[in-house]
Amino acid sequence: MSSASGTAIASSGLTKRFRSGQLAVDGVDLAVPAGCIYGFLGPNGSGKTTTIRMLLGLVEPTSGSHQLLGVTMPAGSNAALPRVGSLVEGPAFYPHLSGRSNLARCDAADRTADPRTARARIDGALDKVGLLAAAAKHYRVYSLGMKQRLAIAASLLRPRELIILDEPTNGLDPQGTREVRSLIKEIAAAGTTVFVSSHLLAEVDQICSHVGVMRTGRLVFEGPLPELRSRGTARVLVRTAEPALAAQVLTRLGLADVAAADGTASALLGAAAPERVCAELVHAGVPVAGFQTLRPSLEDLFVELTGEGFDVDG
Amino acid sequence: MSTADVVTSGRLVGDPQADRQPGPVAQWVRFLRSELGLVFLRPRNLALLAVLAVIPVLLGVVLRASGSGGGGGSGPAFLNQVAGNGVFLALLALVTMTTLILPLTIAVVSGDSIAGEAGRGTLRTLLTVPAGRTRLLAVKYLAVVIFCLAACAVVAGVALASGAALFPVGRVTLLSGTTISLGAGLIRLVLVTLYVGAAMSALGALGLAISTFTEHSIAAMAALLIIAVGSEVADSVPQIAAVHPYLPTHWWLSFDALLRSPVAWPELLHGLLSFGVYLVIFLAIAWARFTSADITS
Repeated sequence: MSSASGTAIASSGLTKRFRSGQLAVDGVDLAVPAGCIYGFLGPNGSGKTTTIRMLLGLVEPTSGSHQLLGVTMPAGSNAALPRVGSLVEGPAFYPHLSGRSNLARCDAADRTADPRTARARIDGALDKVGLLAAAAKHYRVYSLGMKQRLAIAASLLRPRELIILDEPTNGLDPQGTREVRSLIKEIAAAGTTVFVSSHLLAEVDQICSHVGVMRTGRLVFEGPLPELRSRGTARVLVRTAEPALAAQVLTRLGLADVAAADGTASALLGAAAPERVCAELVHAGVPVAGFQTLRPSLEDLFVELTGEGFDVDG
Repeated sequence: MSTADVVTSGRLVGDPQADRQPGPVAQWVRFLRSELGLVFLRPRNLALLAVLAVIPVLLGVVLRASGSGGGGGSGPAFLNQVAGNGVFLALLALVTMTTLILPLTIAVVSGDSIAGEAGRGTLRTLLTVPAGRTRLLAVKYLAVVIFCLAACAVVAGVALASGAALFPVGRVTLLSGTTISLGAGLIRLVLVTLYVGAAMSALGALGLAISTFTEHSIAAMAALLIIAVGSEVADSVPQIAAVHPYLPTHWWLSFDALLRSPVAWPELLHGLLSFGVYLVIFLAIAWARFTSADITS
């Protein structure tokens, strides 16, 4: 009925310049296919959260437009947002209320939620995130993991077509991270589109089908995860007692960026088949002690897209 | 990714049996009840109400112990009538507490209204629900108004009860010299309480407006209190008498118009008009600010 276009989130030229003059988001064109798990990647400060705030109508874009589930935002907030669950920049609840009361508060604020089913829906959401036993405890005494899970529960109070989670595993221990990850998989398995922002690659690697990569306010890559992987160019690494000879062979085979060092020779694989390269080396009499094809890790690709750690642009 | 998934999730949301949308009144009432629960069950606000309840009792006990009369003419209005009629303790309490303690209470609740949610981060949670910005603001202000009326009712009610316990109670002699029955006097007291409630509600609108400009509720509370006290100070400087009628606090104590026979309507209506103007202006400012503000907290 809804995402007739098949796009859960679409934006064009989404831009935010804060009053301070800082350009936080610069012309972002998102296209999040319905039904996918979309990893929204980028280093801290690359504009992920501001983009999410704009998507949800919390921050008004300086220019550009966007649609959630086919509804133009922010004009259609009241129509679109009840179908969207979200967690923005960490969980935020009333410390003196219990987990259950906090969810009741969220539900009461929702003008489209049916009060007669509230109790069942709230307990259902708490159960889904494993907080039912701690439902009566004050939010204040929750651990960080419990707080994150309560926030996810709030986004699950009603069946949603799209869930937007901003850094849902921020500050969690490995167990908590695992729990959140399996929860996201469960949500997605039920047919909900999940848009999850993160600066943790491992997380994205394990669950996402699509990724968007932000760098200093710009979307520098968007597409299916395999496409990002295939961007990386593999290298062959030959371990040999005669690196100079090996390098000659590699050059003869037309490989680029040939390098010979003490005991190794390497080159960009390009279109060549690694097994053929290996056979040629052996055929040419190179004593091959080891042969490896090195594909860049997702982290290498990520760093390539977003710049080195402390290298702050602009 | 497949269309089947999309259709499934669409059906989940659209299922009319599972989820029926509440009526327009029901959804407002539910949100307002939730807000009132937050305001009235908050320990800090309960402590403020307790203070409002204790002061009139202390006032009554001190007057009783000091043997009536007071300073013979000096001191606040109604002070000399309390010994003769306990009903006047309620009026005395309203007069003495309207200058500082009631505004302080209102500053705490109205200053916290939006700024508190912003500071806690719950504002983004509520707005993405979505609560609706105008709707949230309206519910916040309604809760402030109800708190104002409750605060005034606590003062008047407790003062009346302790007045009745400590002093004789009987027919009420109005400021104009006319004497009316106790029942009619109590009705006047209810009207006075509502008048003070209206004054505090106008102050609450100011507080709500300030609250939309900050994430620090303490800052909003302090700002409102400074405005209230500053206005009262300005109101006592005769050199600027021309601006007195326009000060937000000028008409706060004009409820003695209700204690005359006949009621001094021009003064009373002037006061109510002043509250109404302040209320409309500052609700408009609050709305304009809140519906356009970037929520970055």
